Formats: sequence, C-alpha cells, structure tokens
Amino acid sequence: MANEGDGAMRVAIFSDIHANRPAFEAVLAAARARHAERIILLGDYVGYGADPEWAVDVVSDLVAKGASAILGNHDRAVRHPSETMNDAAQIVIAWTRERLTADRQDFLDRLPLTHIEEGALYVHAEASDPAAWHYVRSADDAARSLAATDARVTICGHVHRPALYSMSAVGKMTAFVPTKEIPVQLLTGRRWLVVLGSVGQPRDGIAAASFAMFDTVRQEITFCRVPYDIDAAAARIRDNGLPSWFADRLYLGK
Amino acid sequence: MVKYSIEGGAVIEGFTLDKCVHHGGMATLWSATHPGIDRPILVKIPKISEGDDPAMIVSFEMEQMILPRLSGDHVPACYGTGDFSRQPYVAMERIPGDTLYKRIADLPLGYEEAATICERVAIALEDLHRQSVIHHDIKPSSIMFRPTGEAVLIDFGLSHHAQLPDLLQAEFRLPYGTAPYMAPERLLGVRDDPRSDLFSLGVMLYFLTTGERPFGEGETLHAIRRRLWRDPVPPRKIRADYPPWMQEIVLRCLEIDPAKRYPTAAQLAFDLSHPEQVTLTARSEKLQRDSLYTVLRRRFNPPLTRLSEKSELARQLASAPIVMVALDVTQDSSELDDAIRIAVQRILATVPAARLACVNILKLARVAIDKTLDEQGNNKHIDRLVTLAHWAAPLKLDEQRLSTHVLEAFDPADAILEFAKINRVDHILIGARQHSLRRSLLGSVSAKVAAEATCSVTVIRPSRVAIDASLVAEEAAAASPD
Repeated sequence: MANEGDGAMRVAIFSDIHANRPAFEAVLAAARARHAERIILLGDYVGYGADPEWAVDVVSDLVAKGASAILGNHDRAVRHPSETMNDAAQIVIAWTRERLTADRQDFLDRLPLTHIEEGALYVHAEASDPAAWHYVRSADDAARSLAATDARVTICGHVHRPALYSMSAVGKMTAFVPTKEIPVQLLTGRRWLVVLGSVGQPRDGIAAASFAMFDTVRQEITFCRVPYDIDAAAARIRDNGLPSWFADRLYLGK
Repeated sequence: MVKYSIEGGAVIEGFTLDKCVHHGGMATLWSATHPGIDRPILVKIPKISEGDDPAMIVSFEMEQMILPRLSGDHVPACYGTGDFSRQPYVAMERIPGDTLYKRIADLPLGYEEAATICERVAIALEDLHRQSVIHHDIKPSSIMFRPTGEAVLIDFGLSHHAQLPDLLQAEFRLPYGTAPYMAPERLLGVRDDPRSDLFSLGVMLYFLTTGERPFGEGETLHAIRRRLWRDPVPPRKIRADYPPWMQEIVLRCLEIDPAKRYPTAAQLAFDLSHPEQVTLTARSEKLQRDSLYTVLRRRFNPPLTRLSEKSELARQLASAPIVMVALDVTQDSSELDDAIRIAVQRILATVPAARLACVNILKLARVAIDKTLDEQGNNKHIDRLVTLAHWAAPLKLDEQRLSTHVLEAFDPADAILEFAKINRVDHILIGARQHSLRRSLLGSVSAKVAAEATCSVTVIRPSRVAIDASLVAEEAAAASPD
C-alpha cells in the first residue's frame, strides 16, 4: 500500500463501531464523501450494539477489498470471555456470541492486535501492552504508550473520546481535544498519539459518530463527527432485550 | 537534528535565498525568490544548535502550524514550510518597510497618531481572533504596516490556535513571551483568552503615548508578577495634557481581570476611532495609582487566582458583537421605531456584552447647498443625536455599551454599509420603509443594505397586526361569539 500514487493518500480510520449499524453506515458514507482511498479499522466491531452480524460482515467485506482491521477487547471476548469487562457488557457479549456464526467468530479471532503501515502503529488500546487493553486517558498514559514503541505516530481507540497527544524531542507532552473538523499536521519533529473517538458508542458528550481521516502523505489527521439515526440504533438495542442503558447513552454521547 | 549553514544562493524547496536581511537570536530572515511567486518573499530559518532552548524549536513548530492557516491583509501570506526532518523554514510574503519598533525613537507620539496606529492593530487583532488565533506577542516589533495602511501582525511563534494542539502548553513552567507586554493571566498559564492581546495592545498604547512602559522593562518573574496586583501609573500623571478618553481606553485595556477589559478587539477599535463616544469612568480621571490598601488587598487576595469568567475564544467573540441599528428618525413611524427597539432588546438580552451603535443618516441634498442649521437655526446634527439617545433610553443600556452617530451622506444605504464595514459591525438592524410611494421613488435602503452588507442584516417591520389594526379589530369582532 505504501506510496501508492503521488498526491494525497487519504485513509479513513474507524474505531469502536460496537455493532451500531446506523452509525457505521453514516461514517462509511462520510468517509466516501471525503474521498477515502483506504480504510483501517481499530477494533471493537461488536458489543453494546444490536447488529453484530451485520457489523462483522461489513468489516470482513472491507478487509476482503483491502482494508486492514485489528482486534478489540470486545471482539476478543466473543471467544475468550473477559474477566475485567463489566456485567452489562458481558451480557451483550454473551448475546453476541449466540448471534455470530462460527465463521464470523473465526474472523474476529484471527484479527491481529496491531498493524503497522507507513511508520504508523495502529492498535486498539494503549500500545505498551496491547493485549492488556489499557486506556489512554491522559498525557502520562500517552507517554507510556509512545515510550514503548518506535512508531512516530500511534493511532488507537478504546477510550471513546477523541484526543491528540504529542511528545516533543525532549519528551514533553501536550494534550489536545479536537473540536473542529480541521486537519492537524503531525509535525515530523515530534511523536504523536492519536486517540480516535467511537463510531458507535461516543462518550465525549457529543452524540455524533466519530472517526478520523489521515492523510499519510501530508501527515495530517482530521477528526470528523457525523450525525446518525440514533433512534434506529437505540430501538434495535431495546427490541433485542439488551440493557437499555446502552440505548439511552447513545443520545447523551456518554 | 541536521544543522545547516545557509548561504545566499542556497535553494530550499524551490525558494532561492537572496540575501540575509535580518540576523536575530532565534532565526535568520532571507529575501528570496520562487519561480511561481511574483511577490517579494521572506524565508525564515530558525537557528537551531545543540543545547538550544527547546522552546525555540516549539515556537518554530507553532508558527509552522499556524501561519499556513491564516489569511487576509493582516498577516503575511504563507508560501511554504519545511520541518525539522529536512530543512526547517517558513516562506512568507515579505512586507515592505520596518516594524513599529523603528518608531520608538520618536516616542511619545501624538495622541491622534498613536490612536490611529492602535486602532489599526486592533482591527488586525480582530481579524486574527476571528481566525481562532491569539497572537500572544503583541509589541512594536511584531507589527508592520502595508503601504495601504493596514496593520500586519508577524511572528506567530507564541500564538495559540483554538482548533490546533497548543505545543507551548507543556514546554515552559514560566510563561514565555515578552515580559513588558505580557497579560497577567498568562502568569496563571491561561493561553486561550483573546483579551490577553488587548492587554498587550494597551501596554503598547501606553508606551507609544507616554514613552514609558506601564510595567517597566523587568524580565524577572517578580517584576512580571507585580502586574497581578499593582496598577500602572495613570498616563495623565506622566503627561498632564493626556486626553481623558485615551486614558479611559488605556486603563481599560490594562485591567488585571480580563473580564473588565474590552470584550473584543472590534470594540476596542470602535472606541479608538470614536473618541467622542468613549464613556468616561473613574479611570479617565485617575491621577494616582491605586492606594496602598487596595494594592495590598490585591496582593494577598489576588483578583486573578481564579479567573472571573472563563473565556473561550469563539464564545468570547460571539458574546460581544457590535450591533448597529439604523434609524430613520425623520419618518413619523413610532410603530416601526418600537418594533426595532423590541428586536434590539431581544438581541441585547441574549448577548450581554453586545455593544449597540445607533446610527442616523442626515441626508445631504445633491443640488442645494446644504445648511447645517435649519430654518429655526437649530443644529440638525445635534437634534438627531438627541433623538437617537431618546430612542435608545428605554433600552436602559450601560453607557459603555451604547453610542450614537449621525452620518451625513448622499446615499443612506452606502453610508450604513460603510459604517458597518469600518466599525466591524456584526449585525445590522434596519427598518423597512413603510411608505410604498417613497420606496418606489427612492429605492429601498433596507433592501440594498441587506443585499450588500458583509455581516448579518435583520430587516424590521412592525407586525401586520399593528398596521392592519382596524382590519384585525373588525375581524375579531366578527369572530367573537358573544
């Protein structure tokens, strides 16, 4: 994939889709509208939401067409029950497990923990121990993650709140919460950790679906927000008898 | 990090360096050419070597991030940047002439000239703030002027962009900047308040008009910190003829609490360009600094440990618009006047820091020689001002939020449009002319204003109920069951 073409290279990145079909459809359309040439998916395709089969099918179809996808903790919990996941989330995972055919479970189980492309590291959670599923919630967390790898740019999800951290040449950290859809140049003199918001379960107080566009030639990251049909997603959760809080919180973005 | 020694003739990504025009502590500046650019070019190359202050690198990174995002007359156009992985540089438009620093030998300047300079800088700041950027290093050496007069702000190495990561946030324990001009809240780590620039501009206006810096030239932390509790010597004490309106402006800019300064650069520019409209408060009269008691109280109970009001750039700008209301006081249309007042009231109620400029056009006759005095010998201009003030009285506005203006013009619409443009008006309210005969003869002023204004325009009409009151009354009577 590297250095394909000579102009901009626009990569759409999605994280924490969580079986939210209307949200996933909305961000896919939004990425097309932004001329995405490539797709990278950061995990947690299932859990919380009510359309896991559809979500896994879309992801495996995208992968078949050249997208890259990595593993999230909810995806892993389908085959390997997690001890740390809370009860309500466990309920949805148990329900999801019943819904997913063996081949869909196989697909999830075979996903890698990390993906490296053009010097950028893609990982679901904090990168110092990807399988431990630590959150990056502060500049200290980000520093630990950056210290553990050689990647100049790390792109992760898992927290459901978009953020951008940087580390200067002398190790000073900065933190930034994106508010507008404008490109931020990941200056080459420093290292960066990009935390994506969630497609299907945003928790930064904004209900719109979150994703990012990464121009790998210009090294510019753009955080995007897209409204979607929350009523439909919430109704699917309730109609399937899943914990109603997972429907309610979609409206709050919490 | 690669260290280059640059020489004239060197080519950096298409820019051919000509000669070194400035050799500063942080960077060298080169005149340059580029085959695709036919304007004078300046290339800035940071001087980086081992053991340098990392802050210098970060400042360069900030400029590299921010300058390409900016546009308009009040910043140099950016033609290209290169970062530290190759050769760091910023290529920009070369503004002819010197910075305002050149004028320091001439201080103190005349009041009018200083006001004009600072008004232009305030207009430039307003434009910058609207682009989500706070400059944070406003001082004479950061300011240039285009041959056409507009102020151009340069050096964005300490700036803050509300929508981009602030790389300076973590780099310095001490606030980084030019000590004499630094706003007190910067000492508390605040980097997102646009009113910090208004403080710096206040320092500059003080300096230009008195020849002295209000907080001295001290670079020590103590010298900088004193401004958190110590007010400057009032300019009138330095120059006995100091105009009260100018002292009012200067001391308002230098308020310790940002909430007591002008809410926006546009409002500051407004006052600088309308001295006669500046509301004089106790500030304008001050001949002494605050009493020792007041100072000690502030010293040990600082007004700025907590900021009185958090100011986020965009919200700050949105909360303090300049609203212009164009009134035609010659028409006997109290219904329309009332409707306009109600509309104004609604806006002012939702934006408490809004400022209202009431404008009336004194129409000049094209043929006849106009007389300022009418048949009875009254001064029309003053009559109109009185009428405007009377119209505004029920709004019960704090005087600092209200101004009245009578403009003499042949074409009312043009005069309104020009006033709005010059004064950075955010919103025009104008009544629709009711007499259809007059409208068809003269054309609609409100339609032209609405079509051509560069800001929002609301055209006000009295509600139809009021116009067709008799008709409505009849209908109501007919519909009434008892």
